[in-house]
Amino acid sequence: MTATDLPAAEVGRARARKEDARLITGQTNWTDNITLPGMVHVSFVRSPHAHARIASVDVSAARGAAGVFAAYSGADFAAEQGSLPCAWPVTPDIVIPEHPSMAVDTVRYAGEIVACVVARDRYAAADALELIDVTYEPLEPVLDMEQALADGAVQLHAAGNKSFTWPFGNGDIDAAFRDAPVVIERTYRQQRLIPSAMEPRAVVCAPVADEYTMWTSTQIPHVLRVMLALVTGIPEHKLRVIAPDVGGGFGSKLQVTAEEVLALLLARKLGRPVKWTETRSEGNVAVHHGRDQIQRVRIAADADGRIRGLDVDLLADMGAYLMLVTPGVPLLGAFMFNAIYKMDAYRFNCTGVFTSKTPTDAYRGAGRPEATYAIEHLMDDLAAELGMDPLALRERNWIKHEEFPFTTIAGLTYDSGNYEAATETAKELFGYDALRAEQAERNAAGSPVRLGIGISTFTEMCGLAPSRVLGSLAYAAGGWEHASIRMLPTGKVEVVTGSSAHGQGHETAWSQIVADQLGVPFEDVRVLHGDTAISHKGMDTYGSRSLVVGGTAIVNACDKVRQKARVIAAAMLEVSPDDLEWSDGRWAVRGDPDQGKSIGEIAFAAFAAHGLPDGVEPSLDSDATYDPDNFSFPHGTHLCAAEVDTETGQVRIRSYVAVDDVGVVVNPLIVEGQVHGGIAQGVAQALYEEAAYDSSGNLVTASLADYLIPSAADLPSFTTARTTTPSTLNPLGVKGVGEAGTIASTPAVVNAIVDALRPFGVADVPMPCTPERVWRAIQEARGAATAPPAAATPASASGPGPNPDAQDDSREDRSAR
Amino acid sequence: MRISVTVDGVRYDDDVEPRLLLVHYLREQAGRTGTPIGCDTSNCGACTVLLNGRSVKSCSVLAVQADGTEITTIQGLANGSGELHPLQRAFHEEHALQCGYCTPGMIMAAADLLSENPNPTEEEVRDGLEGNLCRCTGYQNIVRAVLRAANGSATAAANGSATAAANDSATAEVTA
Repeated sequence: MTATDLPAAEVGRARARKEDARLITGQTNWTDNITLPGMVHVSFVRSPHAHARIASVDVSAARGAAGVFAAYSGADFAAEQGSLPCAWPVTPDIVIPEHPSMAVDTVRYAGEIVACVVARDRYAAADALELIDVTYEPLEPVLDMEQALADGAVQLHAAGNKSFTWPFGNGDIDAAFRDAPVVIERTYRQQRLIPSAMEPRAVVCAPVADEYTMWTSTQIPHVLRVMLALVTGIPEHKLRVIAPDVGGGFGSKLQVTAEEVLALLLARKLGRPVKWTETRSEGNVAVHHGRDQIQRVRIAADADGRIRGLDVDLLADMGAYLMLVTPGVPLLGAFMFNAIYKMDAYRFNCTGVFTSKTPTDAYRGAGRPEATYAIEHLMDDLAAELGMDPLALRERNWIKHEEFPFTTIAGLTYDSGNYEAATETAKELFGYDALRAEQAERNAAGSPVRLGIGISTFTEMCGLAPSRVLGSLAYAAGGWEHASIRMLPTGKVEVVTGSSAHGQGHETAWSQIVADQLGVPFEDVRVLHGDTAISHKGMDTYGSRSLVVGGTAIVNACDKVRQKARVIAAAMLEVSPDDLEWSDGRWAVRGDPDQGKSIGEIAFAAFAAHGLPDGVEPSLDSDATYDPDNFSFPHGTHLCAAEVDTETGQVRIRSYVAVDDVGVVVNPLIVEGQVHGGIAQGVAQALYEEAAYDSSGNLVTASLADYLIPSAADLPSFTTARTTTPSTLNPLGVKGVGEAGTIASTPAVVNAIVDALRPFGVADVPMPCTPERVWRAIQEARGAATAPPAAATPASASGPGPNPDAQDDSREDRSAR
Repeated sequence: MRISVTVDGVRYDDDVEPRLLLVHYLREQAGRTGTPIGCDTSNCGACTVLLNGRSVKSCSVLAVQADGTEITTIQGLANGSGELHPLQRAFHEEHALQCGYCTPGMIMAAADLLSENPNPTEEEVRDGLEGNLCRCTGYQNIVRAVLRAANGSATAAANGSATAAANDSATAEVTA
């Protein structure tokens, strides 16, 4: 079936969302809202040291405190806690250190759990934490990736500070660079980010005899259930995991956490429901971080701009341990550095490095934003070197519309795309030529406020993922998705999905798909998800996979229901199934449309089961599990115009145009929202956010007072539009949209800033491009070593990281504009 | 300490510890779990409620300080009418929420903003909501929703509603 065969009554409609009804009225079921009889609360002691030996842990005073049920050290759980899982051993010789949920003898990042208290309420637990006495023998922290790999470095793990090296490539890279007319080499820094979903994590685990139900703020109830069984040895069929309302994830809740494992073990030990609710400051050190790479890149080109080769050497900070997919994240980027461009040769090399910092793992885009940033920045740098318009350089190299399907130098086959159309639409909406003219005028006039134009012609691989590809990359699980359709006797429909939404709007979008597929009203469809007892199998929600993979499973499940309904309808109408045709939710006799049965009538007949044909089972329902053959490849052209005040370093985004091609759109309202939010997170990386550590290895951006998530006053409005090149890989023609904005926008913004400052000789501004850093980049390019202006940050002269107080200053600056 | 506080139209007389935060009182003693907690430094605004009609971050108020006051949470905003408050309706229609965790606080902050300034500009809305963080929406549809609730749908359309924008987007589509 192709996209054009589908009725399009609901797919494509800007439906306001079903899930809003509870979210706008406070009738939500966040994990922290759950209270059970006899429930007790756990709080954790976390290491204040980045690297230390634990000499002793004395919990005796805490055990005697009022309202305290129990207190434990890591040693108390040493025999049963196992090791937190890493499901992606990317090389045969990868170092995967033991990772106990509660540290036993050594802590390797500030924030690691060393002890816990269980008490009647969270206040009593917090009080008793103060009574736990931990003696540490501090060790030198490991804070810098390059130093970590140097001879004589402090070793964080017995096997060293290197986890793996993963080489990849295609074509003769030496030939591509040999005698190349143009070679440029750059080092870019992907700063460390904190995902910062608005809902802090929480977990409730209730034991009944030897069975356990866990409610947790997770993106992955199904994967978590399997992993909890493997880590703790509790049989999988005795575990039920529920993701109730989940307040955002962005990858941070794609994890199997120490707190979840410990809640389960404590519930087993105490025989009571156990609850843990994270504070934000706790979360900033304990939820996995994202990004954090040093990217050394080289590109070789002909004089006319044709790319000959690309050479990428990455250092990727794993943090202190490998978590669920930590080592795989930078490798997803391996397939994306070449982006939409053709070239003769490509080489990629990634080394995963341990440091005494919070572990990293998936954060919105996971490897692909990093790669896209580097290649799009590099394309602008190459254009500047060649004196070409950066859009013209991109067009010189990108895959042409008529060349699809196209197998890239990285070995992926892009099924479809139209970079020309997206770019043309974006240029028009943006007023590209007029802005270039204004930029030239300002430059000629020596204006103190310069204009820069940033370009990002991005693509991504999403719809994770074909199971055999994941297997070939040594990932432990598959990438399929499950759906089932349950026709209720009254004609209403329940859809069970293995995807696990946490803000994406699946209840609405899946209802639209099913309404079209079964010819039932949108309102008659209910979507069930996020509970392993209801949705018994699935691969959950991440990597912009839910619509592409889970949506296709739903289409297939609907088709099975229709086919069974056909046989039943034929019996009801006393005709052959071959004489029936499907239209508007009915099977009717071909040529005699009055002779027909609606899906609702057929569902009731299947329920009553009085006159079913031989061999047809009662009830009308179906299951489908879909494994994609390929990734999907959304793309788009994002253009950013930024004004840069060269005297203060202040950056103002004047306009931002995003033209995305995500294939067929099920709900344009939801797609636009995903694009807005995605762009905002990418802009946040470009301008505002960084997880910064001091020289002792303490996170200095440990609260929202210090980690600068932009507010409404810090962001502009975005102009969005779409081109539509349907995916040829799935029946809906969809490609996924969850990460597109974040992947695209970071380089668009930074390229705009650098473009504004190239006349000064600036070739890069390290992210986040705070006013101070922009100002310093200008001064350094001018070769002037002057002190920063009063408005910038005196304290930050001491190190490369942002100073928290300074960030507060800049927030005030922005709000005052 | 003994406090008497009216929450969403119901009076509660309760003994509370002096250190109890208003947000914990609302969630754990008054059972109003519609107001969530997003941080511990008063930065995110998720816990915003109205105290005597003015917005406060309920994590930065002690329960004892609320003695004798009238609190309105997201669960009492519609006044038991069974109808949605115009801001709730506007947030729904403009797709101004995704995960919805910031939404109660965002709506309550916007209610206070509009009571102060019934006809704000876009910039005034952005500045007025600066104390409330959202990680999902990029704020654009939140701003649209507040403008729509302020001015009714006619003006909102002039400001560009999300639905209209989505349709504009559709008309700008190039089928390639």
